[in-house]
Amino acid sequence: MTLTLGHFLSLGAMLFALSVIGIFLNRRNLIVLLMAIELMLLAVNMNFVAFSYYLNDMHGQVFVFFILTVAAAESAIGLAILVLLFRNKSNINVDELNTLKG
Amino acid sequence: MDIRTGFFYLFAALLLFAAFRVITARNPVYAALYLVLAFFQAAAIWLLLKAEFLAITLVLVYVGAVMVLFLFVVMMLDINVDSLRAGFWKHFPLAATVGVLIALEMAAVLMGGFRMGEEPRSVPQLAVGASQFSNTKELGKLLYTQYLYPLEIAAVLLLVAIVAAIALTLRQRKDSRHMDPSDQVRVKARDRLQVVKLGPTLVAPQPEPVAAAVETKA
Repeated sequence: MTLTLGHFLSLGAMLFALSVIGIFLNRRNLIVLLMAIELMLLAVNMNFVAFSYYLNDMHGQVFVFFILTVAAAESAIGLAILVLLFRNKSNINVDELNTLKG
Repeated sequence: MDIRTGFFYLFAALLLFAAFRVITARNPVYAALYLVLAFFQAAAIWLLLKAEFLAITLVLVYVGAVMVLFLFVVMMLDINVDSLRAGFWKHFPLAATVGVLIALEMAAVLMGGFRMGEEPRSVPQLAVGASQFSNTKELGKLLYTQYLYPLEIAAVLLLVAIVAAIALTLRQRKDSRHMDPSDQVRVKARDRLQVVKLGPTLVAPQPEPVAAAVETKA
């Protein structure tokens, strides 16, 4: 029994579904929400790397590189906003983010 | 079942377990540590897929930088965990429904009609000689030729992210006695030193008439 592309795609799908469940479960905790987003990006990257290997195409890995860059920038700014939020509201409850009445 | 398959199942099981603990852990510090475990397992799986550079990058950049940042923030903030987990089980049915739905959809795509790349396609690097093939070199060749402009844009993006993160969290303390370098540079001599013209002799100031007025009244 050898590994096929389907193995890796299934792993990516399960990881993605788990992180979606995590986003629904931890709807109040902003920091776990950020972690679930990181897990989602990891699942997508897993698919990219698997396709890159099985189609023998390096461009997929270049895309993973750029996704990693964007994810790093996103989490840095997200954490900065989180710190700012905690400074102003003294907690990180998502339900209290209603100042803009959106 | 060769050893590669065995390792894949080991790493995949650990990855899914770590991901499950990330979303269910009570303490955010544990969640961050399980996320570190998940990234390590993903890097191992990428090594199985011969993406060595990305696996090392994932460990260095994610575990070394981003997750440490997460841990710092989690430990710095004084979070009341219980209030944040208030609606945990209330949201569980919806979350399970959506998760199962997504998993079923993806399974349907994978099972039906998706017959692609059961085996790796013709592998040219094996013809050259697997020992001389360098994943990093190939990735670098692509990045610095075909993807040069996107690379520059990514670099600018990181710079903007640095500036934004610092600008967001920068706080001027009211009680700090700091110097403003631009004011220091811009200062002129006459702002600090005033030359007063003084004659050789000074007229004595007139005595106050108030004292005389008080005397006459008495």
